[in-house]
Amino acid sequence: MTLHAKSIAELSAGLRAGEYSSVELTQHFLSRIAAANAALNAFVTVTADRALADAKAADRRRAAGDAGPLTGVPIAHKDIFCTDGIRTTCSSKMLADFVAPYDATIVERLSAAGTVLLGKTNMDEFAMGSSNETSFFGPVKNPWNPAKVPGGSSGGSAAAVAARLAPAATGTDTGGSIRQPAALVGISGIKPTYGRVSRYGMIAFASSLDQAGVMAPSAEDCAYLLAPMSGFDTRDSTSVQRPVGDYVEELGQSLKGMRIGVLREFFAEGLESGTGARVQAAVDEFRRLGAEVVEVSCPNLPLSVPTYYVVAPAECSSNLSRFDGVRFGHRCVDPKDLMDLYKRSRGEGFGAEVKRRIMTGTYVLSAGYYDAYYLKAQKVRSLISADFKNAFDKVDLLIGPTAPTPAFDIGAKFDDPITMYLNDIYTIGANLAGLPAISIPCGFVGELPVGVQLIGPHFSEGRLLAAAHAYQRETDFHRRIPAAYA
Amino acid sequence: MSLSTTPDGWEVVIGLEIHAQLATRSKIFSGSATAYGAMPNTQASLVDLGYPGTLPVLNAEAVRMAVKFGLATGSKITERSIFARKNYFYPDLPKGYQISQYEHPIVATGSIVVLLDDGVRKTVGITRAHLEEDAGKSLHEGLEHASGIDLNRAGTPLLEIVSEPDLRSAKEAVAYLKTIHTLVRYLEICDGNMQEGSFRCDANVSVRRIGAEKFGTRCEIKNVNSFRYVEKAINYEVLRQIDVLESGGSIVQETRLYDSVKDETRSMRSKEEANDYRYFPDPDLLPVVLAPEFIADVRASLPELPHEKAARFVSQYGLGDYDAGVLTASRELADFYEAVVGKLGSDSALAKVAANWVMGEFSALLNRDGLEIAASRVSADALAGLLTRIADNTISGKIAKEVFELMWSDQLEADAVIEAKGLRQITDTSAIEAAIEAVMAANPGQLAEYRSGKDKLFGFFVGQTMKATGGKANPAQLNELLKIKLAGP
Repeated sequence: MTLHAKSIAELSAGLRAGEYSSVELTQHFLSRIAAANAALNAFVTVTADRALADAKAADRRRAAGDAGPLTGVPIAHKDIFCTDGIRTTCSSKMLADFVAPYDATIVERLSAAGTVLLGKTNMDEFAMGSSNETSFFGPVKNPWNPAKVPGGSSGGSAAAVAARLAPAATGTDTGGSIRQPAALVGISGIKPTYGRVSRYGMIAFASSLDQAGVMAPSAEDCAYLLAPMSGFDTRDSTSVQRPVGDYVEELGQSLKGMRIGVLREFFAEGLESGTGARVQAAVDEFRRLGAEVVEVSCPNLPLSVPTYYVVAPAECSSNLSRFDGVRFGHRCVDPKDLMDLYKRSRGEGFGAEVKRRIMTGTYVLSAGYYDAYYLKAQKVRSLISADFKNAFDKVDLLIGPTAPTPAFDIGAKFDDPITMYLNDIYTIGANLAGLPAISIPCGFVGELPVGVQLIGPHFSEGRLLAAAHAYQRETDFHRRIPAAYA
Repeated sequence: MSLSTTPDGWEVVIGLEIHAQLATRSKIFSGSATAYGAMPNTQASLVDLGYPGTLPVLNAEAVRMAVKFGLATGSKITERSIFARKNYFYPDLPKGYQISQYEHPIVATGSIVVLLDDGVRKTVGITRAHLEEDAGKSLHEGLEHASGIDLNRAGTPLLEIVSEPDLRSAKEAVAYLKTIHTLVRYLEICDGNMQEGSFRCDANVSVRRIGAEKFGTRCEIKNVNSFRYVEKAINYEVLRQIDVLESGGSIVQETRLYDSVKDETRSMRSKEEANDYRYFPDPDLLPVVLAPEFIADVRASLPELPHEKAARFVSQYGLGDYDAGVLTASRELADFYEAVVGKLGSDSALAKVAANWVMGEFSALLNRDGLEIAASRVSADALAGLLTRIADNTISGKIAKEVFELMWSDQLEADAVIEAKGLRQITDTSAIEAAIEAVMAANPGQLAEYRSGKDKLFGFFVGQTMKATGGKANPAQLNELLKIKLAGP
């Protein structure tokens, strides 16, 4: 088996057995990136020198008998995580030359675990988008069909993993930005419980929804990375002080007797029929594997898209105020006064979608509109959370589609934001309620992959990964690699 | 212009917003130091600079200090208070928003009693007190076509204390401001340094015809940094508003700046130009939930409060309200006074003498030399030693002042000065009599006049005899002996 087709567990075993060094492994992935990135545009920055240095250090660590399961395993980080000395762009002109003087907590933790940094992946600008078309550095292509989008906003991480340019990558998920692209490129992607993973060093889009997670071919791979990323961080007040489970160990849990709820609202109008059929087949497979499948309802869930498009823009309008041309980021040439500095620096630095959300957010927080929009959205958010809580009184996990359709054509929805926003209809609920959720591949419509989503109660990452792993032991969709990248 | 009385027929309505910088060692949301006067931007961490990806983490000590203030003013402590973002753009506001509290401040509805100049005790309502971060500073000096930004102050914890519009004159406003100033220093939550901006206030001022029910339109005077300027700025603003109204105009709600050089306020921005701050709960910070045990713990840590101490000084030392107020205006002065009194025994007459000395000579020399009490050149023990020598008639009160000056300048004990300078009081009757006789012999004319009924000359003989004894004669003895001698055989 070629190196890039191996799972993280297999790579880890190979490194441990001395079949190859981390330097060899890293060179293998760097050469794949060099060959494929021009076509896919998955990486904004490839950190070859850093990767080789990391790999050498990992090999030395191993020689010294100080290696963990991830020591020497190459990964990529979404370009939203600050990396000390390496530019962090958020795929925006605003930060095209921004070099953070520090590492995000998850970058620090994964480095400490011995991972090797291959590079920073492309994304929708400031994580705002569902197709990776809003990137200042251009769209990312879907490895299954270069005319299709890879989903977004973690489209670069998704494409890089799907094309096996990296064994795994980090992502962030504010309204589906890990799960939807994972579904559209046929890989696994987990968004943990809000507060499970530190947000420190992750450039904020919507603080109450943002959560970092992992994208990799399988749930097992995700388990390997998620454990070291997780846990309380004194630098993030919203991270939770609660022990982290041994997710790899917990993968052994059986599906027998597990109650899985089929979300009625997720199989209503708008779900493309081929996608619906693949997801239904996955539900049947879970039943066959011993899960008890029942239908449940979260009646307020259909309100999640409008709720999200009030809350997320409101927070982003404030979070992005710091990009004012004064201390860091893009500054316009020769400002004539302070107002000119603000207007032109921001006007030039932000793309259209970011501006649209800043304006929407500013509007919903304005005097006279706050109650009607922001406050009402918060109330609906509470109702949606309560719906989930009621559902989890009856079942252990919820199941449904990740996205309503397989990957669509680049450009098809770009000028129609409302249709674009509906792509997140099945993923946003978990963000609004702070719940962990995973998308795993469950088949194809034509040549394009389809994802099925599992949502669990707060801090049920171990259970979610175990359920996904049980399914993946019986299926091979997660092992399929696009022919062009096999 | 500094008129302290309001023109007839008008009533003044004032509310103050005080910003007290909390005396925490580090900032409210980062670990940077808060010390004043460092090189620009040397005390600004990535969090203070608003760097992408950074997050605020609340300083627990700032919460404790806010709760202390709330408990000291009998205010309601909010069990679940919430930080909110106040959004506006300014170069010295790194994140484009200030983290403050809006709908749910940590301290709500309390009051404080203010002792006014005329002895009246006035209760002033406290609407709320909330925690927030300070902004940085824009520097314009010495830079051409550019502004400098110093973010050392960005993120410094502030407690904004908002009063009800209960104040009715500039003098009342200053009395209230001083009361809060004293309180925050007692609580050791603010150093009270107005020059460095650790304690500053905005005044909301309006006027209305006496008897009117509705408040007039108010103007907010920003950032006045001394008690004197607060009084002057309010007085200017009151007369300006009355002038506008009496000449048929109307007051525009606006923010005004006080110019202490010109002694006037001038418009900074009107309500129309004001920002829409788009407050909303800060999603980066959890609600501050205070357990009853925590509040009880803070309550137990409260020191004796200024009004409690003043009341005790009145009952324990027999002082008047005014003296008790002056002595308790700062915790250091009150402690110094009590240290002096502690050495003097339980004689309440001496406690009053001590009060006069602490408020008089002692405070005067501190002021003259610009010293804090901690750096005083005469210790409480030494001052008590001096007062003991007055009480036991070793020296007179007048000589004592001379001794005190020398104690201050040469840092000596009272006894050492008295011995070295031979200032011991003359209590030997025969010595005083001899001096009197010599004065009488030298002034036969005045003696004859006195004896023919010109009683006023008694003072002349006191003065001459005192002079002849170098001021050392015991004054009471001198008086008594002089009366007998002058009356003649």
